Amino acid sequence: MHNTGKIIIGLLIFLVIAAFPIWYAVAGGKTGEMPVLEKAARGENCIIDSVLMKETHMFLLDDWRDEVVREDDRWYRSMTLDSTIEKSLTRTCLGCHASKANFCDRCHDYLAVVPYCWDCHVDPKEFE
Amino acid sequence: MSALFALLMIIVLLLIPIIGTEVLGLNYVFGVVIPYAAIAMFLIGFVYRIVRWASSAVPFKITTTCGQQKSHPWIKSSSLEAPHNTWGVIGRMALEVLFFRSLFRNTKADLREGPKLVYGPSKWLWAAGLVFHWSFLIILLRHFRFFAEPAPFFVSGLQALDGFFQIGLPIIYLTNVAIVAAVTFLFLRRLYDPKLRYISLGSDYFALFLILSIAASGILMRYTGFRADIVDVKQLAMGLVSFHPVVPETIGVMFYIHLFFVAVLFGYFPFSKLMHMGGIFMSPTRNMANNNREERHVNPWNYPVKTHTYEEWEDEFRDVMKAAGMPLEKEK
Amino acid sequence: MAEKIISPEELAGGIDYKPKKKTWFDPTVEFRRGTWNYAAPAKNLEYLDLPNPRKWSPTDEDWKLPENWKEIILEGLRVRIKRFRSLQLFMDICVRCGACADKCHFFIGSGDPKNMPVLRAELLRSVYRKDFTMAGKLMGKMVGARELTVDVLKEWFYYFYQCTECRRCSVFCPYGIDTAEITMIGRELMNLVGINIEWICTPVANCFRTGNHLGIQPHGFADSIEFAVDELEEITGIRVDAPINKKGAEILFVAPSADYFASPHYYTLLGYLALFHEIGLDYTWSAYASEGGNFGLFHSHEMMKRLNAKIYAEAKRLGVKWILGGECGHMWRVIHQYMDTLNGPADFLEEPVSPITATKFENARNTKMVHIMEFTSDLIRNNKLKLDKSRNDHWHPTFHDSCNPARAMGLIEEPRYVIRACCNNFTEMPENTIKEQTFCCGSGAGLGTDENLEMRLRGGFPRANATKFVHERDGVNILLCICAIDKATLPPLLEYWVPGVEVGGVHEMLGNALVMKGGKPRTTDLRGEPLVGVAQAEEEKKEQEVSEDA
Repeated sequence: MHNTGKIIIGLLIFLVIAAFPIWYAVAGGKTGEMPVLEKAARGENCIIDSVLMKETHMFLLDDWRDEVVREDDRWYRSMTLDSTIEKSLTRTCLGCHASKANFCDRCHDYLAVVPYCWDCHVDPKEFE
Repeated sequence: MSALFALLMIIVLLLIPIIGTEVLGLNYVFGVVIPYAAIAMFLIGFVYRIVRWASSAVPFKITTTCGQQKSHPWIKSSSLEAPHNTWGVIGRMALEVLFFRSLFRNTKADLREGPKLVYGPSKWLWAAGLVFHWSFLIILLRHFRFFAEPAPFFVSGLQALDGFFQIGLPIIYLTNVAIVAAVTFLFLRRLYDPKLRYISLGSDYFALFLILSIAASGILMRYTGFRADIVDVKQLAMGLVSFHPVVPETIGVMFYIHLFFVAVLFGYFPFSKLMHMGGIFMSPTRNMANNNREERHVNPWNYPVKTHTYEEWEDEFRDVMKAAGMPLEKEK
Repeated sequence: MAEKIISPEELAGGIDYKPKKKTWFDPTVEFRRGTWNYAAPAKNLEYLDLPNPRKWSPTDEDWKLPENWKEIILEGLRVRIKRFRSLQLFMDICVRCGACADKCHFFIGSGDPKNMPVLRAELLRSVYRKDFTMAGKLMGKMVGARELTVDVLKEWFYYFYQCTECRRCSVFCPYGIDTAEITMIGRELMNLVGINIEWICTPVANCFRTGNHLGIQPHGFADSIEFAVDELEEITGIRVDAPINKKGAEILFVAPSADYFASPHYYTLLGYLALFHEIGLDYTWSAYASEGGNFGLFHSHEMMKRLNAKIYAEAKRLGVKWILGGECGHMWRVIHQYMDTLNGPADFLEEPVSPITATKFENARNTKMVHIMEFTSDLIRNNKLKLDKSRNDHWHPTFHDSCNPARAMGLIEEPRYVIRACCNNFTEMPENTIKEQTFCCGSGAGLGTDENLEMRLRGGFPRANATKFVHERDGVNILLCICAIDKATLPPLLEYWVPGVEVGGVHEMLGNALVMKGGKPRTTDLRGEPLVGVAQAEEEKKEQEVSEDA
């Protein structure tokens, strides 16, 4: 006895699972698409260098959250803007990047990142 | 000795992508060529091994029964430990594959004064093995956020579950901690138990070190200064799965190290004991029902053999049988 | 026993589970007396048409192998890898997790690291890697590959004849790797170049010729059965019928030959005879198929088939409806897992139905052979037997699951059901030593020889130790089993480790308890030991007489 049939079925299942990304890409057809971020509604510069921002915004926001909530330290000195701004996700960040959906969510969705910012905060746009 | 040799191999493997990308600038080779080659080796090798195994016959039904057979209706049979039909076999295999049923039985024999032999439960190997394998699977599935666009439904669920405690930033995944702890345990037990040290081969240590290196490079990338831009990583990954490879410029060396170790694992897989992944499904003592006397099993190479037939036997013993008054086929 | 064996305390005290060497690659073996078996005599190999018959001994420097021995073995391995997926797979997928290490009775009793199942398999695997895998060819020792040399062959001989194919390791292996498969193939390979042991080849040759391992000729077999009938009559006052080679009987009964020639098997035979008489079974013994056991299993798959063929052939010749099998361990491995595949289909037989209870043995409907425990438990369940448990009150039994019925069949509760129906004082041994986790007697698979005694005592240590535990705790004084090799080899084992515990069969207990119509009141059990009630009654009678006198 060889059980050839069962083994072939098993192998096919294995190959189908192993090739998941390939047929998923074919079926979804969105392979080449990169997240496109909406340009900020106003201003030339971000509050820090934008490349640095891209890499470290999560730490910055995390620090802000702690400082504001626990230490009542609400103001941030921006070198790039040469001004003091409020440590606020909804007012400062979303003040320029008007749409969460067209900015934050683009990369986050692309990489299935689910930040817990929105557990407490609301997107003012959606709220309206 | 063999552990040191395996460690040396890992160090050599570590240097390859560092030199390859940092010094020689072969980013395309390490980002595209090697991953493709590794996946090809994995898939072709895996299928080849299974086909090779499948080409060997299963001449007999040699189920190992770990429980009561099905005989009388009034004796409760153990359908998962001594399955008598296909459903039982599926259940038994599921327990083996998903929960390592047999390893769960593990005991430790201890010889005490008396002499007295005692057998205590020994679940550490089972626990570490289970934690390691499940962590590996969950981590692998989590990585589908890089290989699939949009990220499949299970990714965010797994991430939420895995990062349930929301400790640290980025959130520390339980499986990341678990896999390192479990593999470290599996390594240390090989080192500290004299019996294990005696049976361990260089290749046993190598597999553990390789997986530990993959986990470590991944963790360094996620949680330390060796951070990678995951948008670029996904671009590379999606390029690979859609067969339009691109190599973003900004990807750092830690990513190449990680990717190279993964490639080595995939390429090495079919030629190593890691094939137990496929093999367990084909294990003849587990994947057949204990219904031997109920259903015929056919041996494809069953050949005729020389026997001592009744006629030959009676011819040889006719006289003594006659004298003893025993019935005979032929009187002379 | 040629030499004096050291005391149990000394033997156990010398066991160290820590390997003495750093690696296992060196194949050198010291053939210490008491730990190996004599070589098979040339005449038996010749009789069976086996290769390379010659006079040799494992202690010889030169084993007189054929010139191309290495080629023969590697070619044999190549063929078997294609024939046995078990072998192919077990060569490839072991991860050396070590779960099997302390599950082997030979390792537990000897501490020899090469008796860890994983390492026993590595002995063969190392050669497989060297000659059949790319990694082994390239990486050598790093992946555990070794060249096949004469020393490796000698090492195989030593360790593949220190495995009783009991399958305990396969219960614990996460991939179900069964060392019995490895050992069976290892022995087959060695057979190709004429390396085999007397205690396997001689019974095999005997069985091939006369029909049973002991080489008893038909008239001798008839005499033995007749003698047992006489003895049973002495005990019960009933003369039972025990037909041999009776054509047209409903059932062919096959038991291991030791049952009619060795003690304490013999009392089990008396039990069978009493039972069959009492229920009026229309059955027959066969002198041609006078062996249920099959030492061919310990030799090669081919030899197993050559010997096993007799059972179906005889059933066909006699025109019986189905076959009933007696108490035996490896016999049942062969019948349950091999017989139908090897020598079936038995389409000339009928699906077994108990003529007494009309129960259909559906689990045996294809092979058409029923285990006597299945048969008898069904009788008891249907109240067809009158049993007087008190006749076994002088016994405090425990039950030793024999390896093969437990792990290759799942026959676990049936014998317990029968024992409980026949005995008042049944006790189980600790759970890690019974049922699917049972420990071997240490002498199975052809290793039960006198010259191998030390290794047998070591291998049987876990079983004996568990027996000792219930002996001391509960006063257990008899170890019941349903295996002829057990019955032959457990008595010296227990005498060494736990004196005061006898060995018996389950149908011996049944024979004791069975209340038979007619005959005389029983005063002794089948062994001739006075019954508790009788002894008491006699005492009471005496007392009464004394008081009356006064």
